Amino acid sequence: MSGFSADRVAAVMIKEFKQLTRDRLTYAMMLVLPVVQLLLFGYAINTEPRHLPTAVLVQEDSVFARSILGAMTRSGYFELTAQARSPAELDQMIRQGRVQFAVTIPGDFTRRVARGDHPQILVEADATDPSATGGAVAALAALPTQALAHDLKGAMAPRGQGAPPFEVVVHARYNPEAITAYNIVPGLLGVILSMTLVMMTALSVTRETERGTMESLLATPVEPLEVMAGKLAPYVAIGVVQTVIILIFARLLFGVPMEGGWAGLSLGVGLFIIGSLALGFLISTAARSQLQAMQMSVFYIFPSILLSGFMFPFRGMPAWARVLGEALPVTRFLRVVRGALLKGQGLGDMWRELAALLAFVCVVTVLAMARYRRTLD
Amino acid sequence: MTLAIDVAGLNKSFAGKHVVQDLSIQVEEGRICGFLGPNGSGKTTTLRMLCGLLTPDSGSGTCLGYDILAQSAAIKVRTGYMTQRFSLYEDLTLAENLQFTARVYGLDRRAERVDEALARLGLTDRRDQLAGELSGGWKQRLALASATLHEPKLLLLDEPTAGVDPKARRDFWDEIHVLAARGLTVLVSTHYMDEAERCHEIAYISDGRLIARGTAQAVVDGSHLVTFHGEGPDVGRVAQALAGQPGVETVAPFGAAVHVSGTDRGALEAALAPWRKAPFTWREVDPTLEDVFIQLMGRAQDNVA
Repeated sequence: MSGFSADRVAAVMIKEFKQLTRDRLTYAMMLVLPVVQLLLFGYAINTEPRHLPTAVLVQEDSVFARSILGAMTRSGYFELTAQARSPAELDQMIRQGRVQFAVTIPGDFTRRVARGDHPQILVEADATDPSATGGAVAALAALPTQALAHDLKGAMAPRGQGAPPFEVVVHARYNPEAITAYNIVPGLLGVILSMTLVMMTALSVTRETERGTMESLLATPVEPLEVMAGKLAPYVAIGVVQTVIILIFARLLFGVPMEGGWAGLSLGVGLFIIGSLALGFLISTAARSQLQAMQMSVFYIFPSILLSGFMFPFRGMPAWARVLGEALPVTRFLRVVRGALLKGQGLGDMWRELAALLAFVCVVTVLAMARYRRTLD
Repeated sequence: MTLAIDVAGLNKSFAGKHVVQDLSIQVEEGRICGFLGPNGSGKTTTLRMLCGLLTPDSGSGTCLGYDILAQSAAIKVRTGYMTQRFSLYEDLTLAENLQFTARVYGLDRRAERVDEALARLGLTDRRDQLAGELSGGWKQRLALASATLHEPKLLLLDEPTAGVDPKARRDFWDEIHVLAARGLTVLVSTHYMDEAERCHEIAYISDGRLIARGTAQAVVDGSHLVTFHGEGPDVGRVAQALAGQPGVETVAPFGAAVHVSGTDRGALEAALAPWRKAPFTWREVDPTLEDVFIQLMGRAQDNVA
């Protein structure tokens, strides 16, 4: 029995094929998943977002102001979603991340254009994710020469020639140098925590089922909630250690700014760790083997990377994908981390995201408890 | 007499398969009851229903005086259960496994109890070894020590000695008898006849039904089986010729001899008649428990067919 036998290869191959088709979930994962992912991510991901929410503070309601805003909207990059009544309100909108851009048109704009002293309009961009604002900022360059072309007639016509009638000052806030690492590194915190924590818990419970120790455990007086709490506690500690290490490296190696927001960040990290662990526990109640638990975890982690705004601008996605993204805890967590570190957001700025994380923790824990079987039925 | 196990009319189905059917069983306190039956006959399912790991579809009863449906928490505290597969943590040491059990049951004097259990097993010097490194026999003894650490009143053992060598099996059974002498009730499933004979009484189940119950002797007597022991050159060929003849219910080779059994003495003797000549010698013997079980199994197969 030596040499290479095609028959023996065939024997192994046929056996392998049969085993593959016997595990329905794996089979489905291999055939359905590529199609789902292709459609999902192919349509959802767009690296040059348009129609970005923009707030305006118009201190002068004039023909010129309306023309400028109209030109911005027509560029396709800006969508006017809010009117601020004061500079403070405008500032809050951009700090809380409700808009990507804040435009200020000063009070004596028309008069100064007429006088020919080239007034400025201020466009503040939330540049935490530089790739989200790049295209829009580039489009602003053409604004001064074109926006008022139709309005500068008659006596004003000379203002349309020569130097542009006004200037656009772009103020890239939170990440003025457009350093990608400032955006990616805090985001990595969310991705790394999900990857390790969801998978580790999903595997740790499934391992007990697979090795048969679950049967012994169930025969003891230990209650489901006790099992869950005891199993998850060590991983909470691991998650906290991971967070601290990532933050230290983010600061020392990548120079990520840390503007504050520690209260919100701590709360967010706590909720996110518990939520990820509870999700891992939930997966383990559905998976029958460690392999299945692994596959289900991947099924969760893929969209967490692609649809959460970690890799691609969240606002670049179509509405349906944003709805999906909003449901992912990573999306909320990324906003908390970036908001805290880059913008110094306080609890008041990020309570919506924290509430969403809390809701996720509650729903997943209840589901996991409901699905955990205290018998082998 | 007090009954440690007293259940009636237990039923359990999985995906339309009726695994346990109308099973009723009583075991007195302090007795070792052997639970026998072919693979897939419902032994494991019954044990799991008794300790609250499975909920019966119907039926009722008590374990240690607690209702098996409503008070499974109280039963769990007072019951030790040893699964068929080794189900301690292979990546924990012997001492760590026992400490875990001690904590889960909320025992006092944990360190002492663990030390005592290890000393009883003679494993004190291997306490820091990983449980996964133990041989099969030692694993089972460790599992038994773990299942009895909380001093249960009832011990449910599911094929505890499968795949264990004879010496280790003997040690294991000696330990079970020591425990029973202290008043512990034991329900133990097994496929080994020598183990069945070491039980105070046995229960035989087939296709989820209890079909024989009592002491080993009572089960043998109750079978009304007539057994002939045949010897001679090439007696195996004779055995093949006899199998399936009217009156011959089981034919079982025993080394160079053969046991032929049936419940109808006349028909059995008629079938044997052509072979009752030299070089073969035949004599009637008391049927062994094994003869009885093989006959019971054969009958069960007939029922299925």
